[in-house]
Amino acid sequence: MDIHEYQAKEILSNFGVEVPTGALAYSPEQAAYRARELGGDSWIVKAQVHAGGRGKAGGVKLCHSQDAIYEACDAMFGRKLVTHQTGPEGKGIYRVYVESTVQIDREIYLGFVLDRSSQRVMIVASSEGGMEIEEISAERPDSIVRSTVEPAVGLQEFQAREIAFSLGIDPALIPNMARTLHGCYRAFRDFDATMVEINPLVITGDNRVLALDAKMSFDDNALFRHPQISELRDKSQEDPRESRAADRGLSYVGLDGNIGCIVNGAGLAMATMDTIKLAGGEPANFLDIGGGASPERVAKAFRLVLSDSNVQAVLVNIFAGINRCDWVAEGVVHALKELQIDIPVVVRLAGTNVEEGQKILAKSGLPIIRATTLMEAAERAVAAWQNDLTQGTKIRAV
Amino acid sequence: MSILLDRDSRVIVQGITGRMARFHTKDMLQYGTNVVGGVVPGKGGESVEGVPVFDTVKQAVEATGADASLVFVPPPFAADSIMEAADGGIRYCVCITDGIPAQDMIRVKRYMYRYPRDRRMVLTGPNCAGTISPGKALLGIMPGHIYLPGHVGIIGRSGTLGYEAAAQLKEHGIGVSTSVGIGGDPINGSSFKDILERFEQDDETHTIAMIGEIGGPQEAEAAEYIRDHVTKPVVAYVAGMTAPKGRTMGHAGAIISAFGESASEKVEILSAVGVTVAENPAVIGDTIAQVMKEAA
Repeated sequence: MDIHEYQAKEILSNFGVEVPTGALAYSPEQAAYRARELGGDSWIVKAQVHAGGRGKAGGVKLCHSQDAIYEACDAMFGRKLVTHQTGPEGKGIYRVYVESTVQIDREIYLGFVLDRSSQRVMIVASSEGGMEIEEISAERPDSIVRSTVEPAVGLQEFQAREIAFSLGIDPALIPNMARTLHGCYRAFRDFDATMVEINPLVITGDNRVLALDAKMSFDDNALFRHPQISELRDKSQEDPRESRAADRGLSYVGLDGNIGCIVNGAGLAMATMDTIKLAGGEPANFLDIGGGASPERVAKAFRLVLSDSNVQAVLVNIFAGINRCDWVAEGVVHALKELQIDIPVVVRLAGTNVEEGQKILAKSGLPIIRATTLMEAAERAVAAWQNDLTQGTKIRAV
Repeated sequence: MSILLDRDSRVIVQGITGRMARFHTKDMLQYGTNVVGGVVPGKGGESVEGVPVFDTVKQAVEATGADASLVFVPPPFAADSIMEAADGGIRYCVCITDGIPAQDMIRVKRYMYRYPRDRRMVLTGPNCAGTISPGKALLGIMPGHIYLPGHVGIIGRSGTLGYEAAAQLKEHGIGVSTSVGIGGDPINGSSFKDILERFEQDDETHTIAMIGEIGGPQEAEAAEYIRDHVTKPVVAYVAGMTAPKGRTMGHAGAIISAFGESASEKVEILSAVGVTVAENPAVIGDTIAQVMKEAA
């Protein structure tokens, strides 16, 4: 789960990470008022969306008057910000963060990630702050320092010093830098984060170490023990179909194609998408309905997949291990009868009780297109979508 | 003697009184797995499918001589159960549970390393379908009937995609020595490399099949290991050619976040070390059959 910059800054500042003074606003009027409260004569107005690359996309503006703030915010609120991370549909701007400006001497990149190689928390830092880490690793890989944290004892003082020295930080500022590193690590550990990124971390003209931007992501599997983090979820930043799926315990990712997929198991779901592509079609979604594909889950899955108006055919691919094909078949039949689906539906069942499952599909009297192998299923779904399945009549589900 | 699991393995099921655990305990017993006990704190003295339940792993091990465990415990408590198994003298543990916090798994891995190598438990999973040595024993939730006994060693992240591969092999009449699910989580007990090492040394395994997916460095690490240490033919398939970057595809670990983590990059890395890559999931069986024919 992602949170907004201002929320990440609040969390990190509770752990001793210094951040610029700032305030949140829900309207242009409020933003201008916030600027007056903050004082000073220049401010940064930042669109709060769950995506990086805001600056280049026009989501961050430097303003020198309250009128300028009003104008900048007026242009932002209610719009979609399209950055290289949001996809073409963009993310809606409903909150802005107004911050006092600071005088920047140096910009540093600082990131904390779950490193899958060492299976530890890893700190990644670079003297080339301000650029994205992908750019840094392409253009200045030698500037990157890494350090992994031993989980039994946590981040050690010497590690913080090593990082600070290798970034060439003034020795007088090392205690400050160490406090920042410790704060980030403790926030990461205590709240089950999967990522903390401060880019840039700046050293100001008056020798402070400040987090100018902050991003945090959290482990969805650990949210049960962090209700204060779960509360920060902002559904306006999520794909509505993906949020609905998540609320129903289904794992869904919307894509651009026309063939809806309902599959059990993440690996098989990806493989099914790949096979559809190979057969000449484009998958409309990734959907894993989980190991225990109960009839209720199958019905929910159909509703979800069909809520995408681009879907012109549905491919159900269930390999029953933990569940049984007859049970899944009943779910499919029930969903088709209840939902009055008027696009072709291809069903491929395999595994436990496959014969019984096939019988249930056949006996239902519904025009379900059946398939035995994965390739056959994909080919039939693509053919049905192209409407040239040569079996005499045009096959449509009721 | 197959890797990790055999006819003689003495198995306990942690969390045996849950609905799914009961179902699969019955299934494993029917398959011939030597399930000797279960562990549920506070339910010691009960029995499930004729199998005695104990309060702690240590009690179960003492009473039954168990050396393998299957963890069916809900996510908030699963890490604790795995560590209890590691401490209780279990040598091989499979964790089925999906949804364990990643930092819990970091602690589990760290904890397991406090034991010297000769006493250290081997963990596969979490978030996997388990391990099967066809005809001998099943430690997991997979449908046993889709696996024929034979000489192909399978290592896979995904449960159902692994079934798909096994079913395709069965169509060809090709059997499996052992199939190991390493799970879809970012921090897992054993990697592709760890299991490759065992298959390379296993006389019953002649060909190795790796079923990977997007995300993480473990396929690339496996490629390096194959290049330097594996003499047996290796076939691979990598799921997620059509997966977009930066999105989690169901498995917590299935997200392309760095170079070398996309399906096409993994295919390239594996091909470069001589692994035969099945181009699509429908031809995993055909590709393995072809490689076996060439090797014969």
